[in-house]
Amino acid sequence: MTSSDLCSSDCAAPDEVPFSPYESREELAPRGRIEALVLQRLKSLGIQPARLCSDEVFLRRVYLDVIGTLPSSREARQFLQERSPDRRAKLIDRLLEREEFAEYRALKWCDLLRVKSEFPINLWPNAVQAYHRWIRDSIRSNVPYTRFVRELLTSSGSNFRVPPVNFYRAVQNRQPQTIARAVALTFMGCRAEKWSAERLNGMAAFFSQIGFKSTGEWKEEIVFFDPQKAHSGAKPLTAVFPDGKPVRLSPGRDPREVFADWLTAPGNPWLARCIANRIWYWLLGRGIVHEPDDIRPDNPPSNPELLAYLEREVIAARYDLKQIFRLILNSGVYQLSSVARSSHPQAAAQFARYPLRRLDAEVLIDALNQITGATEEYSSPIPEPFTFIPPEKRSISLADGSITSAFLEMFGRPPRDTGMESERNNQPTAAQRLHLLNSSHIQRKIERGPYLTGQTRSSRNPQAAIEELYLTILSRFPTPEERKITAEYLRTGAAGRDSALDIAWALINSAEFLYRH
Amino acid sequence: MSVQHRPLSETEMTRREALRLGLCGAAGLLLPDPQSFAPVGQVGCQTAGSAKAKAVIQIWLWGGPCHLDTFDPKPEVGADYTGPLDKAIETNVSGIRIGELLPELAKQADKYALIRSMTHGSNAHETAAYIVQTGRKPGDGQVYPGAGAVVSLFRGYEAGYKGLIPPYIVLTELQGRFSESGFLGSRARPFATGGDPGAARFVVEGISAAGISEQRQRDRRDLLHRLNTLERAHPKDPALQALAHCEEQAYDLILGDSGKVFDLTQEKDDLRARYGRNTFGQSCLLARRLIERGVVFITINYKGWDTHKQHFQIMRRKLPELDRGLASLLQDLSERGLLDSTLVWVSGEFGRTPRVQWEAPWNGGRGHYGAVFSSLVAGGGFRGGQVVGASDARGEEVKERPVHPSDLIRSIYTLAGISPEAALPHPQGLKVQVGPPTPEGVRTGGILSEIM
Repeated sequence: MTSSDLCSSDCAAPDEVPFSPYESREELAPRGRIEALVLQRLKSLGIQPARLCSDEVFLRRVYLDVIGTLPSSREARQFLQERSPDRRAKLIDRLLEREEFAEYRALKWCDLLRVKSEFPINLWPNAVQAYHRWIRDSIRSNVPYTRFVRELLTSSGSNFRVPPVNFYRAVQNRQPQTIARAVALTFMGCRAEKWSAERLNGMAAFFSQIGFKSTGEWKEEIVFFDPQKAHSGAKPLTAVFPDGKPVRLSPGRDPREVFADWLTAPGNPWLARCIANRIWYWLLGRGIVHEPDDIRPDNPPSNPELLAYLEREVIAARYDLKQIFRLILNSGVYQLSSVARSSHPQAAAQFARYPLRRLDAEVLIDALNQITGATEEYSSPIPEPFTFIPPEKRSISLADGSITSAFLEMFGRPPRDTGMESERNNQPTAAQRLHLLNSSHIQRKIERGPYLTGQTRSSRNPQAAIEELYLTILSRFPTPEERKITAEYLRTGAAGRDSALDIAWALINSAEFLYRH
Repeated sequence: MSVQHRPLSETEMTRREALRLGLCGAAGLLLPDPQSFAPVGQVGCQTAGSAKAKAVIQIWLWGGPCHLDTFDPKPEVGADYTGPLDKAIETNVSGIRIGELLPELAKQADKYALIRSMTHGSNAHETAAYIVQTGRKPGDGQVYPGAGAVVSLFRGYEAGYKGLIPPYIVLTELQGRFSESGFLGSRARPFATGGDPGAARFVVEGISAAGISEQRQRDRRDLLHRLNTLERAHPKDPALQALAHCEEQAYDLILGDSGKVFDLTQEKDDLRARYGRNTFGQSCLLARRLIERGVVFITINYKGWDTHKQHFQIMRRKLPELDRGLASLLQDLSERGLLDSTLVWVSGEFGRTPRVQWEAPWNGGRGHYGAVFSSLVAGGGFRGGQVVGASDARGEEVKERPVHPSDLIRSIYTLAGISPEAALPHPQGLKVQVGPPTPEGVRTGGILSEIM
């Protein structure tokens, strides 16, 4: 995917910016399968897609989506000055190798796997740390997704020492049906509570021989295959795969393995479809099947050919998910601008533009700290023992969904109760607005964080300082009009030295900063 | 009895009306969540018009106070149980005695009812806090919303609440042990003020900012509005319109008069002193001010009751605070004609072990105790001067008329005009009733009809 040849706005006179700083001149073209399949739909419905996005937008978007982190002003400057035609593809490759990629994906997986110490999941802090580390390391070393799933489903051992066993502990109760529902939701994207009781019970049988026992160590628990369980009737147990095929379970074999064999077999459509759809949802804000964890016959994909294509790609890549990220990120559909050119009711479901989405709670607070140089101190009086998190630790790398944080709560951090994607709430509220506009928490960061005060104080050249603020906060150069407005505010502002901080405040409170676009 | 609303200016009303008709359906822009839930408008019609309790003040004695030292004294049972607090005092209702450190509350007993037979059997903070505030037994795969989220959902914007102050306020911190809003999600989340109402200057996080003049507030807002390049490129984008509405509401609180409700200096000094010049006392006073503005549910999270050690020293400090603050609140509400329409609910997550733990390492402490404990309720349709149920001679078991938290929660909903049979909106569309059912195998006396 080549990108726009639009010059970054620092060298563009006003009449050379044809649309907005957000769009390039290029139209979506059927360069690859994804573009072709999306365009086909859009054309047949008469929907005009957005233009491709500008380099500035791409830069910020791909950082936020891939590593949950804002580019620094230096990174922004460097990329915006780069002229090689494959600069976007190279940036994607670099970001997929960053440590924050694993951290940010681990955050999302911990949402889905309900990683928290406290009520009602009650994993307990040591297990949370072990489990989070295992998830992050699996993503970092890019283990094939089938292996990741298999380890979660079939491991046995201590919750502290064999972290994936916590999958079976992070449920609200340990009934086989509850576990089956969690498995269906997490790996098949299905809400099994909508299934017939027969179908659910057939699948639950695979999870009816899981034993749990405590040890001498405080809150340690062993998860194991317990053949004694569910064999009270002495007759061999029959389980039924979600596709309706029954299987007789042999007494000596852990039925979780039988299920994992079925789920991770190359031809199994559920696993590939669910993960392909999820990755699409993570990057484009909307599933091809939407909600992404509500896959069922009467909730069809908005573009079945596109989903089928991605499914095949997942299998062809041997479940190397980074390849799927790379494929989607490089597509023109991902790189569409957010500026809509159609008000067709189907436009969103057919991906006619990149949707505006508020930053995730953790990403937002990390970005604010990155901009200002301030830090966040997390500590949790519950559960005991008290938890203290070093201040330099970033919020996207927090392991425990129970860590007390009024900010994260207010900005819609998921409670990690159900494992549903919709638990994360990125809707704006007036309380959030109050907090960002006027709280001492944020004002302190702006006034006392070392970076902004450093920038605004040391600079003898106010224009350069403004440019730096824009690159730091919005990852782009100011437009000529913005240069004018800010220069005037600096000149006439009664706030004196604080005028520059007010400009930083305004940029932090702008929709452009608060939203992925 | 009608709640005294501060009169709104005409333009304010008009704009609020416009907001109500706007994009998000309700004016509840603090909590718009159109994607995850059925339209919120479906909820409102289920509130009965005849609600006795128009608002609720929940005083949460966080950590669990001992029933023997407060509302269920047992002076006859001996020092192993009473410790040094071995006296009970008469109240202004004959036959009702309470703990000796509560003399002001003794003068207000005609206004409240004591439930001495609360029971749920859980001795773990988080589980017990969940049971007491939701009335539900944990572990069925759902996380239910607490009473505050339910009452403020049904009686807030849905019932025509138009205040700029959010309808569900927590003074001053969230509980953290469980999510108040449960599966209702962020639209039912309370607004926590932060700050300290007992401090010389009470700063409500977000509403008042220290060191920023009103002129600078206005200047920088203008600047923000001029630097709106993204908005201009995305005219009529619903996401940005929702953000703009939220901002407008936020500025109404920052620059308008509504935020003044938090300014306790507007109260007379002697009244402030009567409530007690401490965080709890001033929180009670603030709760009354919020009630006057029509706020629907106020929770005062009153910390410090988890007294495993130094129990009696702490009681000598805390009980007089509770006594003054709560007694003044009841009296003040009553004098202003607000008690009939305001339900006051005082409870911790459990009681404490009736037998004092004199042994090391406690050296005179009390542990968690969920088998029996006490709650106080007043106003909003509850009759005062009453005692419901009883514990046994040592305060260890329920003797008469067990009251499970589900009974009390259903009673509160009923008085608030919310039918326990009404449907609670559920994100996955499950059919869930508002009223928590009595858990299986629990012996209870049911809804508190004897005091309603």
